[in-house]
Amino acid sequence: MSEDRATTDSCDCLIVGAGPAGMAAAVELARAGRDVLVADENPAPGGQIYRNVAAGAPASIFGAEYVAGRPLVEAFAASGARHAAATTVFLIERRDDGGFDVALSHAGAARLVRAKTVLIATGALERPFPIPGWTLPGVITAGAAQTLLKQSALAPDAPVVLAGTGPLLFLLAAQYARAGISVAALLDATPKRNFRGALGKLPGFLASDNFAKGLRLIGEAARSTRLVRGVTALVAEGEGRLERVRFVAHGREETLEARALLLHQGVVPQIHLAMSAGVPHRWSEARLAFEPERDGDGATPVDGLFIAGDSGAIAGAEAARAAGRLAGLAIAARLGARAEASALDAARAAHAKALRGRAFVDALFRPADHFRKPADDVIVCRCEEVTAGAIRDLAQRGAQGPNQAKAFSRAGMGPCQGRLCGLTVAELMAEARGESVAAIGHMNIRAPVKPVTVAELAALARQD
Amino acid sequence: MARRIAQPARMVALTIDDARVEAGEGDTVAAALMLAGLDRWRATPTSGAPRGLYCGMGVCFDCLVTIDGIASRQACLTPVAEGMRVETGAGKRRLEPKR
Repeated sequence: MSEDRATTDSCDCLIVGAGPAGMAAAVELARAGRDVLVADENPAPGGQIYRNVAAGAPASIFGAEYVAGRPLVEAFAASGARHAAATTVFLIERRDDGGFDVALSHAGAARLVRAKTVLIATGALERPFPIPGWTLPGVITAGAAQTLLKQSALAPDAPVVLAGTGPLLFLLAAQYARAGISVAALLDATPKRNFRGALGKLPGFLASDNFAKGLRLIGEAARSTRLVRGVTALVAEGEGRLERVRFVAHGREETLEARALLLHQGVVPQIHLAMSAGVPHRWSEARLAFEPERDGDGATPVDGLFIAGDSGAIAGAEAARAAGRLAGLAIAARLGARAEASALDAARAAHAKALRGRAFVDALFRPADHFRKPADDVIVCRCEEVTAGAIRDLAQRGAQGPNQAKAFSRAGMGPCQGRLCGLTVAELMAEARGESVAAIGHMNIRAPVKPVTVAELAALARQD
Repeated sequence: MARRIAQPARMVALTIDDARVEAGEGDTVAAALMLAGLDRWRATPTSGAPRGLYCGMGVCFDCLVTIDGIASRQACLTPVAEGMRVETGAGKRRLEPKR
C-alpha cells in the first residue's frame, strides 16, 4: 500500500516523543550515523518530566533529579537528530515493502514520512481518577499543576488541596513548599493494607536510590502542609466550579474550602499509537494497566516497531532513559550499524538496574478499587459524560465488552478517544460481567489517534 | 485567580475574546487563560457543563479553544504568540444553512 502516497520525507528511524526515552534513543541512533526524526507535541524537548529544563527552570524548586535532565536535552540538541516540535503523530501504518508510513500534523498541516523503523516513546498519562465532581473547573491533575509550575511558574488559586496516591503528590507538595506556594492539605488515599502487600518487595526498593529520596520527600511534604492519611472517600463540590472538597478519613467526614483540587493516582502508559499500529497489549494486574508486548530491548511483534520508556510500562524517568538508550542501540544494529555487543550488554544492565525497587512502588501506591471503579452516578467518560452506572447497566444487559459499550453509550467516542475512560470502562465491565480485565480487553483504538481535520487527511491522499 | 511566582523574561500581547492580555513568551494558551482569571472556557456538547484545563498535557481535550479562527485547538499544547486571537465559549456545534 501507499507506494503512490505523497510522502514528503523519509528517515531511518522516526521517534515519537522527546522525553527521556526518545531523546536517549535519538542520541544513540545519531551517533551510529542514522537519520533520525523525533516528533513531539511540545514546543521544546524534555517530555513531561524535563519540561522547560533547558530554559532554566530552577533546581532550587524542582530538585537535582529534574536538573539532571539538562545534559540529556543538550546531548539531544547536539546529536544531529532532527526534531519536529509541536508536532502530533496521528497514524503509523506498515508498508508492504517493510518500514512505515507515519502521518504528522503540525500547525494544522499534515504530512507523511516514510520511516524504516519507528520507536514509540510517548510516555505516560495520569491514571483516570473518577470521583464525584472531577469534571468541575478547578479540579486538575497533579501532573497538570506541575506542568504549569515548570512552564509558567504558575500557582493555582488558593486554597489548594492535593489528593490521591503516589510519589508525585509528595513531590509536588515539596516543590510548592520550596516555591512558597501554600497547600491547605494533602489527602493521602493510599490504602493502608497496601503496605503489607508491598513488604515482600521492600528489599529491592531499599537497594534503590529511591528509598532515601522518598523518605525525604514525604518528610518535606509533611512539614509544609497538613498531611491526612487513610482517606477512603473523596468528593469535589461546587456550583459551576470547585468550591469544596469533602473527604472521609478514618471514618470521619470533613469538608475543606478549595479553589484547586489536584488529583493523582499514578500514571499509566499512553497506548493509543501502539494499539492503532497493531501491537498486541496485555493487562498487567501488578500495575493495573494495559501494556504493549515487547522484548527486553523494546522490539514489538510488529516488525520494525519498538517501544521504550513509560509508554511500554511505567518505570520512571531513569528507567525510560536506559530503555531509550537500549532501544536506540538495538534499532541501530537492525539498521546495519556495526554492532557493539559490549554497548548493548551495558545498556541492558543499566536498564535492569533502573527497574530495581519498582515492584515495591507499584504495590505500595496501588490505587483503591473504589477510586478506579466508582459509584453509579459518577461520570467516567468526561467527553460524552457517561456514568459508571450506564456502563454497568450495559454490561448487565449483555454488552460483551468496551467496544459494544462504546457503541451504545458513546463512552470513548469523544475527542480524547478513550484516553480518560478506557481503563475505567474495561475494569467496570470486567467486574460487572465477572470476567478478568485481561479477557474483557481495551476498547479498539484506530488511527487517526488524535483529531485531525478533513482537509489535513485530504492533503495526505495520493497526488494524481 | 492563578498567579505567577516568577515573572517571564519577555511578554507577548494577544487577545482573549477581543480583550487584550499579556502573557509570557513560552506560556501556553491555557496558562494565559488562567492568568487572565478564567477557570472555565468551554461547554460540553452533551450537557453544556463548563470545562477548563484538566490534564494539561494534550490527552483529555477539555481545554479546547478557537485560535486565530481555527476551532478545537488544545489550549494546553499551544504556545502563545504575538497578536494571537483566542476565542472561548465553544459548545455544541450548530450548522447554519448557507444564505
